[in-house]
Amino acid sequence: MFQAFQQRRWPLIILWVVIVAAIVAAPAVLPVFRLNLLGRFLSLAIVALGIDLIWGFTGLLSLGQGIFFALGGYVAAMYLQLNSSGDLPNGIPEFFSLYGVNRLPAFWEPFHSPLFTLVAIWLVPAVLAAVLGNLVFRNRIKGVYFSILTQAALLVFFNFFNGQQKLINGTNGLKTDVTQLFGQMVGSPEMQRGFFWLTSVVVILAWLLLRWVVRGRFGDVLIAIRDDEPRLRFAGYNPTLFKTIVFAIAGGLAGIGGALYTVQSGIVSPQYMTVPFSIEMVIWVAVGGRGTLVGAILGAVVINYAKSLVSEALPQSWLFIQGGLFILVVTALPEGVIGWFRGDGPRNWLNRFGISRRSETYPRLDLEGQEEVQS
Amino acid sequence: MSMALLELRQITVSFDGFLALRDLNLSLQPGELRAVIGPNGAGKTTFLDVITGKTAPTEGDVVFKGRSLVGTREHRIARFGIGRKFQSPRVFEKLSVQENLALAVSQPKQPWSLLVGGLNGQQRDRVQHLMSIVNLQNRSDWAAGSLSHGQKQWLEIAMLVGQDPDLLLVDEPVAGLTDEETDLTADLLKSLAGDHTVLVIEHDMEFIRRLESPVTVLHQGHVLCEGTMDQVQADPRVIEVYLGTTEEENP
Repeated sequence: MFQAFQQRRWPLIILWVVIVAAIVAAPAVLPVFRLNLLGRFLSLAIVALGIDLIWGFTGLLSLGQGIFFALGGYVAAMYLQLNSSGDLPNGIPEFFSLYGVNRLPAFWEPFHSPLFTLVAIWLVPAVLAAVLGNLVFRNRIKGVYFSILTQAALLVFFNFFNGQQKLINGTNGLKTDVTQLFGQMVGSPEMQRGFFWLTSVVVILAWLLLRWVVRGRFGDVLIAIRDDEPRLRFAGYNPTLFKTIVFAIAGGLAGIGGALYTVQSGIVSPQYMTVPFSIEMVIWVAVGGRGTLVGAILGAVVINYAKSLVSEALPQSWLFIQGGLFILVVTALPEGVIGWFRGDGPRNWLNRFGISRRSETYPRLDLEGQEEVQS
Repeated sequence: MSMALLELRQITVSFDGFLALRDLNLSLQPGELRAVIGPNGAGKTTFLDVITGKTAPTEGDVVFKGRSLVGTREHRIARFGIGRKFQSPRVFEKLSVQENLALAVSQPKQPWSLLVGGLNGQQRDRVQHLMSIVNLQNRSDWAAGSLSHGQKQWLEIAMLVGQDPDLLLVDEPVAGLTDEETDLTADLLKSLAGDHTVLVIEHDMEFIRRLESPVTVLHQGHVLCEGTMDQVQADPRVIEVYLGTTEEENP
């Protein structure tokens, strides 16, 4: 990594201390309702981390992460529904009776197993992402065409899930808040507090995982793919393979985020696969800072928290604020908020008010150049 | 005569009827240094595209180390031992000099081996050595994008050498370099020949002369003639298509 990054490490450390302290303090300070919201937003941060990996580092702008998010949610909800339907007629979830279904569809069977479910939450979306991604990447479809394809795939899944009443309750989705887990109601305050802790831990683990992925040569290859993919081929690397891997990782993370979001919001439905929602995910990352993992987390949490606060006070205004935020980032902060802090943003800003002295980097560059000429 | 390292056999490339290359034959012996010149539009870059797998020939065959390369994907051709430097320097601008070179020398270039662990000691030494060859050792942590044009050219040449290919394809290595840098680049390429086979495409006649290598002249996708620089320059056909008409443009 660059020296400039090393020197500016301390704000990051402070930031992390604040984040961890906030997570630890939150359950004591926040009312259950707010805590639950924070937990949900942290699950969205997991999705955002995945988007940052594929978009911020690798340059793949996916507008279809809702597919993987919803899949993770459905996997979790199916297990919870089965886990709570032992006493019901036919021993199958209640909604089936609405459509005259008496036998559990075969693909539900494995979801009796908690272990299978825990694996499927990330593996199903990851495998789907790998298969879809590989098909697209091997045909060298990239840029805006990739984005359009992912959005089209999202619409396909959205319509498909909406229409499958007899399989997954169609447009109504699957409820989880009145289901049972460990003999407790999933929607109960105790369980919700547990999910909050779990989500916080998973966010940190996901962050550590991605940090390991993007540091070092693997991450350098991702950046090289983003900046000049054809050139990388001539250096002997196969970009398709790397892109497939990171797209699968992002898919898996979206699945985990979706599962945690579902148990904390009480329902999963095809609404998780709407076009605007997947675009919002991208906005969180753009505002927070592409290519900065912390930025993705902060973007997701802060924007969503602001959204819920603003929506409570001024219900009509949120969309305008969100649109304004996006325009602000595109025009003034192309690197996002964290990217701005890591770059020359603060110094330039202070310069404008005459508070700090002119930047030191440039003269120093020249100085080093002169030294080299002399030597 | 020993077996050729690279052989192009009757290569034709047609872009919607336009023949970028037509019936091109060329062979390179191991360890050879060869210069290729030709006026604009002669097909020089297409010719490299065909060798490196970027463009598939419409007709003909490319044989490298006795194996046909036609239909092989770019990264496999690169791993098989062909490295390419692009016309305008293409380095990974957001990565540091060191990181750029690390990607070049990494072996194997598979995801898992890149994830776990860094370069081994030998590879690290190689990166240091490459940086010292191209005089970038005190720029190692600089983003490649912040280098000067000449430094980028050299970084890309160093990356090419770092890949340790059997055949180096070098497209206009001295475009935009100072005279001093041009001379150093010529010496570098000459020192690489022998261990490696080097093919250089260039417009700069003084540079080609310095290479003291056989010259192949391309014209309209076809080999016009081959020989030493003096022979080539004396050839009336070459004067007609190249030197005669473009003298003013090539001061």
